[in-house]
Amino acid sequence: MSTESIAWPRPAATPLPWVEQLHQWVTTVDHKRLGLLYMFYALLFLIAGGVEATIMRIQLIRPLNHFVSPQVFNRMFTMHGTTMIFFVAMPVMFGFANYLIPLMIGARDMAFPRLNAFSFWMTAFGGLLLYFSFVGGDGLYGAGNAPDVGWFAYAPLTAQTFSPGHSTDFWTLSLLVSGFGSIGTAINIIATVLCSRCKGMTLGKMPLLAWLNLTMAGLVILAVSPLTAAQVMLLVDRYLGGHFFDTQAGGSAVMWMHFFWVFGHPEVYVLVIPAFAFASEIIPVFSRKAIFGYPIMVAATVCIGFISMSVWAHHMFAVGMSAAGNTFFVLSTMAIAVPTGIKIFNWLATMWGGQIHFETPMLFCIAFLFQFLIAGLTGVMQAAAPFDWQLTASYFVVAHFHYVIVGAILFTLFGAVYYWFPKMSGRMYSERFGKLHFWLFVIGFHLTFDFMHVPGVLGMPRRIYTYEPGRGWDIWNLIITVGVFFQAAGVLVFVVNLLWSYFRGKVAGNDPWDAWTLEWSTTSPPPAYNFATLPEVGSRRPLWDLKHPEDPDWQYE
Amino acid sequence: MKRGLIALSASAVTGFAGPVHPFLSPTNIFAPASTPAQSIFDLSVFVLEVTAAIFIVVFSLLAYAVVKFRKRTTTEGREPAQVYGSTQLELAWTVIPVLIVVVLFLAAARVIASIQNAARPSNAIQVTVIGHQFWWEYRYPGLKVVTANELHIPVSDPAHPTPTFLTLLSADTDHSFWVPRLAGKTDLIPNHPNSMWLDPHQTGLYLGQCAQYCGTQHALMLLRVYVDSREDFDRWIRVQSQPAHVNSKVSVGQRIFETTACVNCHTIAGTAAKGTFGPDLTHLMSRQTIASGAAKNTLGTLIAWIYKPDLMKPGSKMPSMGLSIQQSAAVATYLATLR
Repeated sequence: MSTESIAWPRPAATPLPWVEQLHQWVTTVDHKRLGLLYMFYALLFLIAGGVEATIMRIQLIRPLNHFVSPQVFNRMFTMHGTTMIFFVAMPVMFGFANYLIPLMIGARDMAFPRLNAFSFWMTAFGGLLLYFSFVGGDGLYGAGNAPDVGWFAYAPLTAQTFSPGHSTDFWTLSLLVSGFGSIGTAINIIATVLCSRCKGMTLGKMPLLAWLNLTMAGLVILAVSPLTAAQVMLLVDRYLGGHFFDTQAGGSAVMWMHFFWVFGHPEVYVLVIPAFAFASEIIPVFSRKAIFGYPIMVAATVCIGFISMSVWAHHMFAVGMSAAGNTFFVLSTMAIAVPTGIKIFNWLATMWGGQIHFETPMLFCIAFLFQFLIAGLTGVMQAAAPFDWQLTASYFVVAHFHYVIVGAILFTLFGAVYYWFPKMSGRMYSERFGKLHFWLFVIGFHLTFDFMHVPGVLGMPRRIYTYEPGRGWDIWNLIITVGVFFQAAGVLVFVVNLLWSYFRGKVAGNDPWDAWTLEWSTTSPPPAYNFATLPEVGSRRPLWDLKHPEDPDWQYE
Repeated sequence: MKRGLIALSASAVTGFAGPVHPFLSPTNIFAPASTPAQSIFDLSVFVLEVTAAIFIVVFSLLAYAVVKFRKRTTTEGREPAQVYGSTQLELAWTVIPVLIVVVLFLAAARVIASIQNAARPSNAIQVTVIGHQFWWEYRYPGLKVVTANELHIPVSDPAHPTPTFLTLLSADTDHSFWVPRLAGKTDLIPNHPNSMWLDPHQTGLYLGQCAQYCGTQHALMLLRVYVDSREDFDRWIRVQSQPAHVNSKVSVGQRIFETTACVNCHTIAGTAAKGTFGPDLTHLMSRQTIASGAAKNTLGTLIAWIYKPDLMKPGSKMPSMGLSIQQSAAVATYLATLR
């Protein structure tokens, strides 16, 4: 099948005036444009969250530093956490799901294009609302400040007594608004995957990315709903005299913890399952082998989805649950290591016996495997509740979850951007700059987050704006901060690479990676309608079947 | 004047924790000195051994695959053999992790029970710990002692244990009691009383700090636990249960103290000061630090602290009372007599 014949030849139209173009982007309901909007928006917030992290690290570079005040430091870690989770990681994952799912399952768009646009703009305005707090957070006082209650905003610190002004309201309302957007997108993904697949694509022949995003969307609905409910309860407490979490009137601080973490832990899997999805697409193509054990990969994913709903209270081992309660959550948390381990072994088995190509996307995926292994093992350490009584709320935990969110999720994300950039832009990125980005980021990541485990073991709690000398923490904090600058340099190279390649990169063609899923059968970038004629597939790797008619996959599946 | 005070309050904190500790840090979780910390340490060594073994196996496989199966020019243009899965292999890497999980779970469950279900002996010391923004209140029910920020407990001989049981309460937001060498952390949550226990085997000073974000000055809510010999502990209790020693030479400072809002928050037993919002000052000078460990307890730091609390601990709940530097000095001189 000649791929040129699928897409309609595009008319060489004169470029529209920029107002028209902007209008088209703002009013678009096209899944690819919305996907790109999500990604662009997430990139802006990534830079904002990165600046906040850098401010914190400069403050902690030496003991008793006076770079920022405690008030500013507390706002920085609250905004950094909230931004990175809700306005970087979730939107970028939704962006990729939006862009890729219809293309990979042979559909013309998402199931509900208007809901899609609505969801994006809800998320976008939620983020703007959060950042508006820098201007309007103090309410009547005028000066303005951002929320400073921490990204999990434990009660009763969020009560009017302890958080006067409007900064906490901006936090609550922004998550409420973007939460509606997340739920809308999740419904859309589920409907699209279940109802819009092309002819021949049974559930068992879907690309793994579609399966994993289906699981992710299910988790979003189950996890974000309690968070949204809790935000409404918090607003009722603050403005309508409710006492859900108001401990001074008999409310329960522990109930907020349950509400938050019953969202918060599945949220980790909401982010990491799409990361698994990228690895499951990239590793086979760059090892030149089919994914090893497709059915068990799907089963392990769905299993992770279910178990992840039953582990939330491992964030609360120090809260004073009963011995029986703690013991249950040790078991459920450790159980999740089993399906996760299966996935790691299956990716390894995919590489085993292949021909591994070390282009930038694969480099990021190999680093992901290594780092996710470590992140999983430090997770097992914290799953042992008594060990966690020492480790929780220390810098060890901070190191652990950054190993997951940066070392696993952000690494595969970078890999995914490089892998699909040729499809999205029609241009190849610069391999040399890609490798430079990779090595800068690997060095920076390991300097920062490997050494971050140490002060945790030496008793340094998280969220302290300063510390005294003589605690044995100084040298580690210095190294951690140095690593941040390597990471920042890496991100700078990344942005430059994308911009330069978009305008000057060499033309990519439809299928630069000799890959096997449907998105590579249409033009780069794909036309608005994706496929001139809707494809029909006979296996999980339709393009493999076309390229190898002598040895097609459908004979084995 | 103001610069001098900033320098004073800064120097009060700088270099305060003493020389580098033999265990890398005075708060190293791997230098246990009490039974709960010791059993956590033993469990963590076991968990570290198991996870290290897993790491070595999986990392070796990954490294081998990356080196051995890298693209070679000789294979260019030919696709490798396509393998779609293997039930035996996948079964193996399901069952083996399940077994490892069961072992780790049982090991953890045993330690949970041994710490959380430990019986309280009749000779145990009972202390109520109340977390405040941003300081610690300690009450010894039955011993008529109330103090702040520096906890004194007796050493516990493993042959004849005299453990200390802490009841953990909070007056405002969530806090967490964490002295790594003595035990894991337990949160102090309003409306949710918790408990934990310690039985330190050696006398000495054990450091820690609040481990649950509780507001602006979470960072300087430091913990100091003095483990005394039994005799020293009994003597300390005897002194602490006395009312304040009033000295007529410092009546100027006392009058300022008692006629400003100081008395709304602080108690000095035997005087008109009966506030409960701030630390009990009856035996202030028996403590080595002020402002919850933020500074050494000297006349100079007391003056600085009273004059402008925000210089030493920005965001603390102690207000500046608008006293002149002379008035602050008089109050500090009065407080310095409270032994």
